[in-house]
Amino acid sequence: MSIDTKTAAKVAHLARIRVEDDALPALAQEFNNILGFIEQLNEVNVDGVEPMTSVTPMRLKRREDVVTDGNMPEKVMSNAPDAREGFFAVPKVVE
Amino acid sequence: MSDLNKMTLADARNNLRAGEITSVELTEACLSEIEGSGTLNAFVHNTPEIAMDQAQAADARIAAGDAPSMCGLPIGIKDLFCTKGVPSQAASRILEGFKPEYESTVSQNLFDAGAVMLGKLNMDEFAMGSSNETSVYGNAVNPWKVDDRDLTPGGSSGGSASAVAADLCLAATGTDTGGSIRQPAAFTGIVGIKPTYGRCSRWGIIAFASSLDQAGPMTKSVRDAAIMLEAMCGHDPKDSTSADLAVPNFEAMLTGDIRGKVIGIPKEYRMDGMPAEIEKLWENGTAMLKDAGAEIRDISLPHTKYALPAYYVIAPAEASSNLARYDGVRYGHRATLEAGDGIVDMYEKTRAEGFGHEVQRRVMVGTYVLSAGFYDAYYNRARKVRALIKKDFDDVFAAGVDAILTPATPSAAFGLGEMKDADPVQMYLNDVFTVTVNLAGLPGISVPAGLDSQGLPLGLQLIGKPWEEGDLLNTAYALEGAAGYVAKPSKWW
Repeated sequence: MSIDTKTAAKVAHLARIRVEDDALPALAQEFNNILGFIEQLNEVNVDGVEPMTSVTPMRLKRREDVVTDGNMPEKVMSNAPDAREGFFAVPKVVE
Repeated sequence: MSDLNKMTLADARNNLRAGEITSVELTEACLSEIEGSGTLNAFVHNTPEIAMDQAQAADARIAAGDAPSMCGLPIGIKDLFCTKGVPSQAASRILEGFKPEYESTVSQNLFDAGAVMLGKLNMDEFAMGSSNETSVYGNAVNPWKVDDRDLTPGGSSGGSASAVAADLCLAATGTDTGGSIRQPAAFTGIVGIKPTYGRCSRWGIIAFASSLDQAGPMTKSVRDAAIMLEAMCGHDPKDSTSADLAVPNFEAMLTGDIRGKVIGIPKEYRMDGMPAEIEKLWENGTAMLKDAGAEIRDISLPHTKYALPAYYVIAPAEASSNLARYDGVRYGHRATLEAGDGIVDMYEKTRAEGFGHEVQRRVMVGTYVLSAGFYDAYYNRARKVRALIKKDFDDVFAAGVDAILTPATPSAAFGLGEMKDADPVQMYLNDVFTVTVNLAGLPGISVPAGLDSQGLPLGLQLIGKPWEEGDLLNTAYALEGAAGYVAKPSKWW
């Protein structure tokens, strides 16, 4: 498996990280080095093995589906880079 | 009494309760050490006002005869923990200016136990690194020095390790996803324990890889680790993976008696090219446990070799999901936009500016291994291998092994900048002895056990059974006593 610059650009976009065109070849090379290291996993016989979903054999806790917290819009907004009139402001999404 | 900042938690606690010292004196001693420690770059946000308020409150509690386990003891908190009203930015530019409106469960537990917070500690960005060189605050520096080079304190909890080893605080919190408590503890000659997955609540700890992350204490002795771990852990309804189990009195379990315990020595940890000094240290540690009455047994953990590659699928995959929340909308950094930039431009520019190189690399690797067409080949295969790694441990414990002894790291601390041009995989190899423990969810502790030929500290790791931190700490206590490690870095900073 080898990653070319086109795939690197696609992954960067999926990850929502801007990577300039001139940085793509080096990024693709880094991916290839790391994936080359990961390829070792193909040596392992995993026939009949279930993928691990929980490292401890404990059932996740359940609770009543009720509101336990809330009514603090000022606190929720207090760290926002741009908050106006009780809303998070973002660039125009719909034309 | 001089040099109060050099005390262990246990000594300071006993002196406080005996009325020999006050928490205010102890806290002032630490604050003055921190002030003179700028070159170590361990503390990155100081909170002297909070510390003095907490110290005064602790002194009042002690005077009233109501002193919980950590009452009046000054500690540092890793920047990964959300602390109410205090910058908490995971050493990342993307969380610049972020001040949480809430307190992490672990730091709240410590405050409830009377602890005093001196400030926030340096670390690798989002806990991704083994040398504290990916921090937005710059490198933390190891107080140990053998020539004119500045050495790494390890990572990701590098600031915590540096601060404890340099006696800037009595102890510190760390977090460990692949070795981030145990490797820096070994590099700085201190004790660090990662408890069983689920012992410490993850609520309010900025997430890296949620199925692997655990908090733990970094301390000057095994006894201190027992005291502080007990204060940190406990069931928390706000973390669905937090274990609803009673927390034992770990300190009371430190008898030093390990007669009849079975200690496993895994042959797969004898790596090609392992430095002779590390091998010697491991042999010495084995002999010490044997002399203390333990039975030594050679064991096999056949899938060890595949732990690092499995980790470098699972951890980036989880990180890519966890770090999706940093989008410039609700908190932290937002890029300055140009006219006509839409919301995707905002996301992409914000994340390119806000995340450092290593974090970007891991988020993108994680995105790739989770993407359509590769999910089975990479992510599911890694989770199957993880199940086999855990089974390796389950099998040896079922066969009667009580704990496993290994080196903590493949080398002593290296120079800052020395790995700059190396392949990232070379840096990842730092975690080769520790990462298996996270994948299997087990408790692991690093104990300082000697110095190498240059005079730098080396650590040994003990791995225990799930939920058996008390027994593990007791074995570590016996090893600590036998190793008799007392070396301290001489002050140059």
